[in-house]
Amino acid sequence: MNDISIGGFPLDLLALQLVTGVALGAIYVLVGIGLSLIFGLMNVVNFAHGAFFMVGAYVGVFLYGYTGSFWLSLVAAPLAMGLLGLAVERVLVRPLYGRGIDDPLLLTFGLSYVMVESVRIAFGLTGLPFGAPPELRGAVDLGIGYFPLYRLFLIAFSLTVVGALWLFIERTSFGLVIRAGARDPQIVQVLGIEISKVWLAVFGLGCALAGLAGILAAPLQGVTPEMGIPVLAEAFVVTVVGGMGSLAGAVLAGLLVGIVVAMTSLVAPDMTKMAIFALMALVLLVRPRGLLGRAGALG
Amino acid sequence: MSPPAPGHALAQGTPLAAPRPGSGRTGRWLALASRHRVALTLAFLVVFPWIAPYQALAVNILVLGLYALGFNLLFGYTGLLSFGHAAFLGGGAYGSGIAIAHYGLHPALALVAGTLLATLIAAAMGVLAIRTRGIYFAMTTLALSMCVYYVFYRAESFTGGENGLRGINVPVLTLPGLRLDLLDPMVKYYAVLAVVGGAVWLFSRLLSSPFGAALEAIRENEGRAQACGYDVRRMKLVAFVISGALCGLAGALQAIHLSIVPIETMHYSTSGQAVMMALLGGMGTFFGPFIGAATFSLLQDGLATLTSHWQLFVGAIFIAFVLFLPLGIWGEVLARLRRTGW
Repeated sequence: MNDISIGGFPLDLLALQLVTGVALGAIYVLVGIGLSLIFGLMNVVNFAHGAFFMVGAYVGVFLYGYTGSFWLSLVAAPLAMGLLGLAVERVLVRPLYGRGIDDPLLLTFGLSYVMVESVRIAFGLTGLPFGAPPELRGAVDLGIGYFPLYRLFLIAFSLTVVGALWLFIERTSFGLVIRAGARDPQIVQVLGIEISKVWLAVFGLGCALAGLAGILAAPLQGVTPEMGIPVLAEAFVVTVVGGMGSLAGAVLAGLLVGIVVAMTSLVAPDMTKMAIFALMALVLLVRPRGLLGRAGALG
Repeated sequence: MSPPAPGHALAQGTPLAAPRPGSGRTGRWLALASRHRVALTLAFLVVFPWIAPYQALAVNILVLGLYALGFNLLFGYTGLLSFGHAAFLGGGAYGSGIAIAHYGLHPALALVAGTLLATLIAAAMGVLAIRTRGIYFAMTTLALSMCVYYVFYRAESFTGGENGLRGINVPVLTLPGLRLDLLDPMVKYYAVLAVVGGAVWLFSRLLSSPFGAALEAIRENEGRAQACGYDVRRMKLVAFVISGALCGLAGALQAIHLSIVPIETMHYSTSGQAVMMALLGGMGTFFGPFIGAATFSLLQDGLATLTSHWQLFVGAIFIAFVLFLPLGIWGEVLARLRRTGW
């Protein structure tokens, strides 16, 4: 297969980069969907989303070291972040409803400082090394080359989660309430559904998704207190490129950003970080609403 | 019991404390103070180094105050929350730093060069960011400023990359008929104040111009401002660029003050500092940014001597301000004075 090449790169290398990109993109999709869900329903930009991602990774890695089961940490990390998210919504974010769009953003910004610094106190400044669990190490031959098993697992697992989420939002009655609440919370309230409980649940769900993304990303990059910072900026790019409040947009943009990162690192490794933002600038110039954004959803 | 719908909070806008003269004696005093806000601010800044714990900190506060002032034009007065202002502070710092360290330019010219570079960055970022609205704007400015961060990070031969830019040595400032020894912290403070004072005066003029009134109209109700015939998008862009230029001037002063430019100057956490200072001091108040800068610096300085984890407390204090004192220190003082004055 090595004799086929595109632009000077052999096909199997390109395929490998593509898988790397999609795996990276799957992380962005999970983080971006959580962010988009919370914003779409409550007009709250969770600036602490990257911090939830980071704490989720720490919780997962800590539990993995304690129990030796990666599968357990895969359940525990989102669960813990979901519960933390519920507490944050109930105690800190709820008093700010009705006070405009900036206050919750500022509050979660302060919260991210507190979360990052708390992790530094609890786990130290240097971060923990973390590799893929033994059962997910190694590579698989897919006919056009060998691919790391963990990345393939990551892609399959994330796509399953996103699929389940889509079914939940599009096909269940609670999903219907969420969608209705994003359009007109007052009407939902009038219909006898306590919208504040819906907000609480969705905030928790979004934070759980961030925690899940954190533990899934941990074997790729290790865990450090600062790991959530670039992820937050990249999740912002994903939501801006995809279009605010659009879940399909978040999926599309997340994968797109991941692939752009992987391909740029092949062609011009120095430009990888800039490529993400160049992509966003390009989309903003052509479609300020994002690829799949609705006209009215901008606020 | 139902909380109000957050979607509807958009229409109400954020409560911001613009100084409005009231009736009664306090109202008259406030009106008088508001008329002479530049003189009062400068009077405070002139005596400030005598009450500050040490003078290098006073210079810091002066520079950060100008940074917060520039940011406040956009956030407090125009109602646009930007998370990208570190790019302007950094642009100004690198601009003047490179002019001095690499090209040996006169510090006064280096200030101009730094401000120009920041203005250019602000124009480029503004053209893109202005196309978005609301919360998109905060996200876009953050992402664009991170792009600028990586550009400067990569341009190692000019910026020193990760190690920061070094060699910005201005021990003595010579101007026609004047020779200032900047190693003396008091001389340095008043030299920086001369520049900051000019910027404060310009800022006040800008606010009291029809343009300033239009910006506040945009903050209160963008749709209505548009209906009144204002070219809202262009005004937002102009405000963005002026705000960037003021922050760039602050950065240029900071480079000369610290004689290095760390790459962190451009990081988005530095943008967050502007947001924090504006909120601590009071958004949309004239004097708030300096109160905010002083509070932030004193907090950081005091907590850092107590614990290496000072960010935990800064974050917690910030959360407490959002929850309980959203008007900020100065905004709250003004609001109380006005209430008692009615």
